[in-house]
Amino acid sequence: MNDNQEPVLVCKDLCISYYTRAGEIPAVVDFSLTVKPGETIGIVGESGCGKSTVAMAIMQYMGANGGIKSGGITFKGRDLTTLSEDQLRSIRGSEISMIYQEPFASLNPSLKIDTQLMEVPLAHENISKDEAYRRSVKMLTDVKLPDPERIMASYPHQLSGGQQQRVVIAMGLLSKPSLLLLDEPTTALDVTVEAGIVKLIGDISKTFGTSQIYISHNLGLILETCDRVFVMYSGEVVEEGTINSLFTWPKHPYTHGLFSCIPLPTADKNAAPLTPIRGQLPLPFERPSGCYFGPRCDHFERGLCDSAHFKMENVDGGAPDHRVRCLRYKNINHVKAQPGGTAKKTLKIGKSVLTVDRMKKYYEVKDTSLTALISGKRIRHVKANEELNFTAHESETVAIVGESGCGKSTFAKVLMGLETRTEGEIRHNGKNISKISVQDRSTKQIRSMQMVFQNPFDTLNPSHSIGGQISRVLRKFGVETDKKEIFDRVMTLLDTVKLPRDFYFRKPRQLSGGQKQRIGIARAFAGNPSIVIADEPVSALDVSVAAAVTELLMDIQRKHKTTLLFISHDLSVVRYLSDRIVVMYLGHILERGTANQIFAPPYHPYTEALLSAVPIADPEVTKRKIVLEGNLPSAMNPPKGCPFCTRCHRKLGDICDNELPAEQVVADRHVIKCHIPLEALKKVAPVIHVPDESERLQQQVAV
Amino acid sequence: MILLLLKRIGFMLFTMVVVSIILFLLLETGLTGDPATRVLGNFASDEQKEMWRDQHGYNQPTVVRYAKWLGNFATGNLGTSIRYKGPVKEVLLPRLWNTAVLGFWTFAIMIPLSLILGVLSGMKEGSILDRTISVFGILTTSVPEFASAVFFSALFVFGLKWLPGTSSMAGGFEFKQLILPALVLVVYDFGYVARMTRASMAEVMTSQYIRTAVLKGLPYKQVILKHALRNALIAPFTVIMLQINWLLSGVIVVEFFFAYKGFGALLLEASLNNDIALLEACAMVAVVVAVGSQTIADIGYTFLNPRIRFT
Ligand SMILES: Nc1ncnc2c1ncn2[C@@H]1O[C@H](COP(=O)(O)OP(=O)(O)O)[C@@H](O)[C@H]1O
Ligand code: SF4
Ligand code: SF4
Ligand SMILES: [Mg+2]
Repeated sequence: MNDNQEPVLVCKDLCISYYTRAGEIPAVVDFSLTVKPGETIGIVGESGCGKSTVAMAIMQYMGANGGIKSGGITFKGRDLTTLSEDQLRSIRGSEISMIYQEPFASLNPSLKIDTQLMEVPLAHENISKDEAYRRSVKMLTDVKLPDPERIMASYPHQLSGGQQQRVVIAMGLLSKPSLLLLDEPTTALDVTVEAGIVKLIGDISKTFGTSQIYISHNLGLILETCDRVFVMYSGEVVEEGTINSLFTWPKHPYTHGLFSCIPLPTADKNAAPLTPIRGQLPLPFERPSGCYFGPRCDHFERGLCDSAHFKMENVDGGAPDHRVRCLRYKNINHVKAQPGGTAKKTLKIGKSVLTVDRMKKYYEVKDTSLTALISGKRIRHVKANEELNFTAHESETVAIVGESGCGKSTFAKVLMGLETRTEGEIRHNGKNISKISVQDRSTKQIRSMQMVFQNPFDTLNPSHSIGGQISRVLRKFGVETDKKEIFDRVMTLLDTVKLPRDFYFRKPRQLSGGQKQRIGIARAFAGNPSIVIADEPVSALDVSVAAAVTELLMDIQRKHKTTLLFISHDLSVVRYLSDRIVVMYLGHILERGTANQIFAPPYHPYTEALLSAVPIADPEVTKRKIVLEGNLPSAMNPPKGCPFCTRCHRKLGDICDNELPAEQVVADRHVIKCHIPLEALKKVAPVIHVPDESERLQQQVAV
Repeated sequence: MILLLLKRIGFMLFTMVVVSIILFLLLETGLTGDPATRVLGNFASDEQKEMWRDQHGYNQPTVVRYAKWLGNFATGNLGTSIRYKGPVKEVLLPRLWNTAVLGFWTFAIMIPLSLILGVLSGMKEGSILDRTISVFGILTTSVPEFASAVFFSALFVFGLKWLPGTSSMAGGFEFKQLILPALVLVVYDFGYVARMTRASMAEVMTSQYIRTAVLKGLPYKQVILKHALRNALIAPFTVIMLQINWLLSGVIVVEFFFAYKGFGALLLEASLNNDIALLEACAMVAVVVAVGSQTIADIGYTFLNPRIRFT
């Protein structure tokens, strides 16, 4: 990076609006940004704050109803807003390319990868097809895809999500662009796959000297990939600076807020509860006068913050390119950003409530292909759950973590009685419920075990009022029968989930995602259940909303002494809220233990890789990098030996391929399923290193 | 693939048997009235009816009669038409051929026309071209066939005197006589297929892979021809295949109006005249065409859509 070099991209005072029937929506206002050669810029913010709009404006692809109102976008000295469609075409894909959030949707489903890759250089350069093919294969190798020839001959749907995203990245790099836009490139991917892609993205600028703009809502990922970061709020930048200065000394209250709503894998729920940002992102036409963040800011000062809109200014005494849009930043006492709510009391764990004993669930799928017909193997099994063992106690939060397809949701369905298990036993309060499907369960049984779903939309009836739907649940469970009593109960439930009482009369579509999820929680807790299963309850929500919903769930659980089974793929959240963790992979439990046991050695090799893949938004925390190679095997055709053997970085050899490892008991209720002897596993160094106070001081002295 | 074909043929045979049993029960047993009365008329004497029954084997048990009919049918003996006083086969085949000719020309015009118009309007949703095409398509589809038949006859036959008003082909095949029936059918059907194509094209154009293609810097023509068309044609293809079924029965009005000697007109006459053997044969043809076109649609679908290609 050279400061004297001409910048690759300059956005100056950019205002972008969408024009809809309801009028003009000023999605982005006064956005300025400079990208130097080889630099990686991060743009972070909640959904709807205008990140994608900026990216699309740079590509000059605004759709039918979007347009740049004022300001300029200069790319290598040319103003992109004045170029003709033909001139733009020669820049798109060759000088600026883009990587998208959903790799599968971005690839044409009916064309082979080779066609889709080769057309990029063919469109921009005068080269032969052979040359284009050669380059495509080389680029696939460069993005670390094994067996590039096979990939070239595949259709997109024949590749895994991680492979697809690598193909899209290869496509973007094929004509050696000077600027690469990445719009949430890993949001749709699993953590360990994400880690691989993030590493690849980091290598790109080193290998190709490409400048990048990396858009994400995840501060941890920004920290790992970028040189400078822009924090956006409601269509404008509120703070910008180098990673180092902004992450160490964030100045804007919103930036602080973002840090306090993400759980760090080093903190837990009782010592340092999350502090969600109250309120919601204002819609573009509802922005307040003065500071847009005003209504949600704890440092708001009437008469000052709400009088007139104001510009970014350089941080006094900060790094030269650290700028902030806040009038009072100097008056705010900036303690180091940390999840910093007041500590809550630890709950006592009660008696055992749920026991799962050697539970198996196989799905049967009929194979109708001709080969199957000939070989006679018409019915194949998807081994969704293999021999699951574990227990959960009263007031305990047990997290089930694992990547997509590892069998988490199947397990939840079996517990709820929506599916019946193939073998084994599930006992709830001593009663065997494994064979009773949900239709045959008594109201009391159903009532005592409830579920919160990932997508609250799917479970709310759009045509009934919120109050009506909760009342129905109450009546069905026989909690109350009297009309008046039911009404009162609904009101208390609305209070419990911290929603205004007049939501009783609202319809689901009038609610935001976070509010819907609160209704989902209210419904689940309506019958005072003893167990609540929450299947990725916050993964579809924005960070600040997710933090609020998580806290709510914890509070209600504390009050009702509920056993919470929390299904998630996010280890930071899991570490934060759970007492015990179960790590699943391909239907097997590879490790289970208390949160502390899971987060400290001895680790199962897979747990170790998972921990290493968690993005951490704290520049002081260091991690040991472990990037898994290879793909998740299909559950239809799992490896014969250890389920993790195709990707394991500590694989011993043939024994791992051929024999399923036994459970090794480390301590009471801490179990690891691996062939490596415990002594060896205990010698493994911790993955995450948090400097303690003395180290921190030393570092500061060194700076 | 072979498995699918076998399955489909099995399904077709099964449907044919079921349909034929239902028809048999309805027409040839006492369920819906006495077949002898139906054939001989209300004024036939009881002896006449009894004689007819005897002659045609109606005094045997139903099962035996059905088995006989099935045996005959399977070996290609479709029975005798009462109306046309001759073997059903000889009546049916030329009629089928005529309908096929009419269908061919209808499709030959309708498919390219509706696909091109549909794609054009779907490419730029909301443009003037799109709105014109859409309004025109809705208009033509909402006019019933007999109305447009009357209209076109008035225009081309009585007004301009360009075309003949009937298409009975009395003096041998004449292309001129085919124009009006085909025109009416095209006008009626093209709007529907065009709208399907438009919807499908419009959806494809807003998809993320089209955005990818544009942002790769490909020329617009290539984006449309290489990336959009193939995906956009999947849905209309299935619809077009279903139009074959429609053509088989939907042509009744048109064939009747223009006195065209096709399958639809035959079906009409067979049912008006209680021509049992002919009706049975027509029904069987309809089943074969329905299952056949569905099979072709499915196979074509897998070729257009690699995601569900057979392994
Ligand atoms: N095509 C569109 N028409 C109207 N409004 C839009 C359109 N796309 C985005 N918006 C609005 O513009 C704002 C910014 O959206 P976006 O750039 O997608 O944010 P982000 O990428 O940060 O989630 C939001 O309020 C969104 O609702
Ligand atoms: S200007 Fe005022 S309201 Fe806005 S962020 Fe700063 S302190 Fe908060
Ligand atoms: S058993 Fe082998 S492959 Fe499996 S986790 Fe242990 S070392 Fe890795
Ligand atoms: Mg976005």
